[in-house]
Amino acid sequence: MHGQNYEEFILGVSGFLTAYYVFIAIMNAVAALYLWQSGRAKPLFRFPIVGFMVSTAHIWVIVTAIFLMLGAGATNGGASVLSLSTSTRDLIDSWMNPITYSLGTLGILSVVFVARKFFVKPIVAWSLLNLSLLFMGLSMTDMEFAAIVMKPDNVPIVAMIYLLGYFTWLGAYRAVQNDERIARGEQPLESLDNEKVLVWPDLVYTELICMIVVTAILLLWGVGLMAPLEEPASTVQTPNPSKAPWYFLGLQEMLVYYDPWMAGVVLPSLIVGGLMAIPFIDFNPKGNGYYTIAERKFAYCTFQFGFLVLWVTLIVMGTFLRGPNWNFFGFYETWDQHKVQALNNVDLSQYFWVNLLQMGRPKAPDGSSTAMTVVYIAVRESPGILLLLFYFVGGPPAMVIYNKFFRQLFLRMGFMRYMVLSNLILLMGLLPLKMVARWVVNLKYFISIPEYFLNF
Amino acid sequence: MPSLDEIIRGSQIWKSIFRHPAPVDRRNRVVVMLTNFFLHLHPVSVKKQGIALSYTWCMGGVTFFLFLVETVTGVLLMFYYRPTLEWAYNDILALRDVTSLGVLREIHRWGAHAMVITVWLHMYRVFLTGSYKPPREFNWVLGVILLLLTLLLSFTGYLLPWDQLAIWAITVGSNMARATPFLGHEGPGAALLTVDGIDMITNASDARFGLLGARFVGEETLNRFYVLHCVAIPLGAALLIAIHFWRIRKDGGISGPL
Ligand code: HEM
Repeated sequence: MHGQNYEEFILGVSGFLTAYYVFIAIMNAVAALYLWQSGRAKPLFRFPIVGFMVSTAHIWVIVTAIFLMLGAGATNGGASVLSLSTSTRDLIDSWMNPITYSLGTLGILSVVFVARKFFVKPIVAWSLLNLSLLFMGLSMTDMEFAAIVMKPDNVPIVAMIYLLGYFTWLGAYRAVQNDERIARGEQPLESLDNEKVLVWPDLVYTELICMIVVTAILLLWGVGLMAPLEEPASTVQTPNPSKAPWYFLGLQEMLVYYDPWMAGVVLPSLIVGGLMAIPFIDFNPKGNGYYTIAERKFAYCTFQFGFLVLWVTLIVMGTFLRGPNWNFFGFYETWDQHKVQALNNVDLSQYFWVNLLQMGRPKAPDGSSTAMTVVYIAVRESPGILLLLFYFVGGPPAMVIYNKFFRQLFLRMGFMRYMVLSNLILLMGLLPLKMVARWVVNLKYFISIPEYFLNF
Repeated sequence: MPSLDEIIRGSQIWKSIFRHPAPVDRRNRVVVMLTNFFLHLHPVSVKKQGIALSYTWCMGGVTFFLFLVETVTGVLLMFYYRPTLEWAYNDILALRDVTSLGVLREIHRWGAHAMVITVWLHMYRVFLTGSYKPPREFNWVLGVILLLLTLLLSFTGYLLPWDQLAIWAITVGSNMARATPFLGHEGPGAALLTVDGIDMITNASDARFGLLGARFVGEETLNRFYVLHCVAIPLGAALLIAIHFWRIRKDGGISGPL
């Protein structure tokens, strides 16, 4: 935020932070009350001497008190103390780059997936929620962080992250329960409520309440946060960064790795086509109508990889971490217009002809016919062309031959379905593969034919 | 002495609108679902698990409700907004400063963001419960088209305030169409489409031109996006939502364990 000094900024944000911490405190108080009232509070340990039994409900009471104190502390500019130290923030920024961010997210999600039995426990999930809210609160006193998170059009994305977190938890929580039940030979939870009820009142009233809640949220949101309106449109002043609407920022992020015809046309079409194909390639009859992970692990992981990792993670990066010139900036880093990042990416053909064979790239002699030029281009790009042919033609059979799981899939799915599935997976894999190739060897294009706008 | 409630419910006017007594007993709770236009979308009775919030998250329903909110607030916004270079920005400015009902634009904008999020969550839930499996394959396909329409609705609407945010977001978003294979003038293969040495695909005839109605985001684009945003896409979405709902019932209601 320019033209605003830190004291003014802190005063401005402290009112929000007080409300924020009090809100979290209330949240925890409600949780404690619920646990206590419903008798679901689990005893943890007995206090020595007094013999007082400490339960989970008491933990959340203590957490409530802590957040209340934070809320009180945040009033009247006291918020500046309630922040991460400058050195911590610098450390986080210095660690963050596209590689650590992408691989870190993937790593965290993988750990959560593998240890899902632990992470779906309400007490664990609730603690993580509290920690992330605390982290947000402490970060909000940083001007750079606040500026980007509070941008009106970015607020929904913050909401989306929490909603996705919540619903991913809810789905996994139910799935883990169901998987345990099925392993014991019982029916999934969804079978228990098999009795029929009348739509009036059971469903109609739920719908009514949902409508009222949504209306209330929209009204509060509308009153509390003004819709953005910037300077009138001007075709000569290009803002930097220029960003697409947030839900397309995953695609804009792909532009770092692929040319527009891939990132903007081919990949989106494949996402839509691939989504539509799901019911026809997932032939597993299990897991229809109830939450489960164990019975459809492959489908679950593939979808989550596409949705949470490749779609949502890239959107979050494109929104919060990409600044001027689409350079990467850490959470607390100033969006410096003049930050330069060395771009020394190299085409595969360059690697092959120049670095490996120590000769120039093949080039048609001046004045050759179009056909001749095309032949020369084909020879020049042959390493990439062969590599991709090998990937797409060799990939599907190789998966069948070398992998037991895909062999079984192939046998049960039949040729057509298997080819659609394997090609979709290989296409989806192109993005992470290119990302890794870029990070590791600065690869620019597998195939680079700028003559025909065909860079791949 | 009849109570006010009884007088109203007993009146000829009331009875002409609602063709049945209050849904207080089982019989009339069935009848209300069958005779009320708005309620007849629903079945009369459902499995309890099919309507559990922990199962459906109510996200399809919320998406639909947001679609309705957007329709109503959108129509109201149309009263105040003229899609021309001269007026677009000023009308939006006036909406903020002059017009009563000042939160109209806010609700429309935040509702649009929310709808994108809820439609994703809805898809997420349908996936996690495997509800796209037979016999609901086709409804999933319809859903994917609805998802696309939701994004396009939001995208076309983004341009209308005609501020810096709007035109540059749309410029960045639509620039990609320039590179459409064969159909974009900077796309691979476009150079092949030449007749007698004349390029068929130029920046005045390619996919991007078709989208924008011009070579850059300008007045024609504003008009084109306005029509798409206010008429074409909502009509398409409304039709598909109707089929989507009809298919839910024809496919045997909300999914559940067999
Ligand atoms: C404008 C967008 C959409 C609206 C208004 C909408 C609305 C609904 C509603 C109200 C339901 C009833 C159950 C529920 O609420 O979960 C439903 C079910 C369903 N939706 Fe959607 N939907 C939309 C988009 C989608 C998308 C994007 C998909 C998937 C890609 C999808 C696939 C389905 C399927 C397969 C069902 C049946 C689920 C079951 O039986 O459990 N819909 N939809």
